Amino acid sequence: MATPSGQLDTIASPAEPQALVRRPTDARDRAMRRHEPTIIGAAAVVLFFVVWQGVGIIRETAPEGLALGPFKFIAPSQLFLPTPLDIARAFQAYVQDGRIWKDVAVSGQELLVGYVSAALLGIVLGLLIGWYARLRYALDPFITFLYATPRIVLLPLFIIWFGIGVESKIAVVFLGAIFAILINTAAGVRNLDVNLIKVARSFGASDLQLFRTIALPGSVPFILTGLRLGIGHALTGVVVGELVAAQFGVGQMMAVAGATFQSSKVFAGLFLIAGTGMLMTFSLQKLEQRFEAWRPRPN
Amino acid sequence: MPTKLEARRVGIHYRRQRSGESLIAVDGVDLRIASGEFVAIVGPSGCGKTTFLNAVDGLLPIASGSLLLDGREITAPGPDRAMVFQQPSLLPWRTVTGNILYGLEMQRRAGTESRSTAKRLVELVGLRGFDDSWPSELSGGMQQRVNLARALATDPELLLLDEPFAALDAQTRETMQQELLRVWNETRKTALFITHDIAEAVYLADRVIVFTARPGRVKLEVAIGLPRPRDLRMKREAGFVEYERTIWETIREEVLRSEASPPAAVA
Repeated sequence: MATPSGQLDTIASPAEPQALVRRPTDARDRAMRRHEPTIIGAAAVVLFFVVWQGVGIIRETAPEGLALGPFKFIAPSQLFLPTPLDIARAFQAYVQDGRIWKDVAVSGQELLVGYVSAALLGIVLGLLIGWYARLRYALDPFITFLYATPRIVLLPLFIIWFGIGVESKIAVVFLGAIFAILINTAAGVRNLDVNLIKVARSFGASDLQLFRTIALPGSVPFILTGLRLGIGHALTGVVVGELVAAQFGVGQMMAVAGATFQSSKVFAGLFLIAGTGMLMTFSLQKLEQRFEAWRPRPN
Repeated sequence: MPTKLEARRVGIHYRRQRSGESLIAVDGVDLRIASGEFVAIVGPSGCGKTTFLNAVDGLLPIASGSLLLDGREITAPGPDRAMVFQQPSLLPWRTVTGNILYGLEMQRRAGTESRSTAKRLVELVGLRGFDDSWPSELSGGMQQRVNLARALATDPELLLLDEPFAALDAQTRETMQQELLRVWNETRKTALFITHDIAEAVYLADRVIVFTARPGRVKLEVAIGLPRPRDLRMKREAGFVEYERTIWETIREEVLRSEASPPAAVA
């Protein structure tokens, strides 16, 4: 890298690659910093459940209420607010009577089929809409109409069309998730760096090459955002769909439990659904990290 | 020396995005670049010098005249030309090697020897050890080195450089000028370099062409008689400063003139 002359060389000549690596710090210190978010987060969750369980303890030990100076704290009844242990027991009963497997299979099928087909069609259509302006002009009114409508209001129609089985819920999940995915993907294509397009053109890239090497990788972050937003919509579709009309499913179980005042069981269903959503989001984050090794990381 | 690029009365129109009216960006440019020559175009900002370069690259159509590369009319981008862009414009999801090979891939010329081509270019532009780095890990000057290597990878007949150092800080810019001369000395590519920095043009080029304010025409041609290889210390010498002053006065005249007149619309 030595240049013939000039004392300015050292200023901008690239350093050895090792210089880019962070200065080594104390290993324990580094491990602590890396796990800090997990440790603090876990501690907060544990604290939350302890306080919650504490309400139950107060309810049992001081049914008349607990005097706190001039105030009196009366614990809510179990029907109103079951404790974490009550919920765990309800969940255990749900597993033991075997209903859970049927419900999870039905809800899982609705979620999986609806979400995966929404993802596939949403990405393909989003790419096309972002790329071809005329197609966008044609489809925009329909997308705007459906996106502005809470898709759940279509459920009565879907029940007429597809019955109260999984098909009507799949339709709701599909319509719920697809727009977030489609709109984000299209935005990704439309926000491509014009400089990169110019580079591709300058090297004589065909439309297909331009699409494959610039448009597709350039929209990956947007596609992943769409997929993440879609998860929430899809879960809403499953649960609300089953609340309205269904024979099986986690949402249907919650509807029945709610109507019969089994609040612990309602909570058990809630945690099951929240857990599914968190698991899906987590998997997507892993996928994101794989796709975006090139992104600059803070520090 | 045979002629590499010839522009005969080249006119280029520019359509304003908002009003849709056509303006004349470049008007009747005559220009001849010999094989192996390093030519720089300077001019006041908005004089159409980048527009002209884009037309030479084949990204923009010309409205009149003719533009010939090795005697053949330029109508589209081709493997005989490669551009070093003002912005590094590296694909952020490709490593240094991946970016350097991008042009070859687009021209379907990438093959088994590509890896060694990339390695050779990485060393040529002084980035040894950074083959597998991501662009986001490089400084601005290093990114421009990759930008240059990417253009050289396709082994073009004519190297086009669009103010490649304009966005760099003053020290890095001077280093890069010197690096460019070193690389050019090894490859001896015919080069057309656009800049608004007069000292940069004089330091790099065999010949400096001054464009008029919009619409761009050739106002002045100055052959730079400074010996090669050149050294940054030359910039302080009397001969160098004299070239700089002549060009500066011509451009200043143009800036004053253009401030007094509106852009010309196409008749």
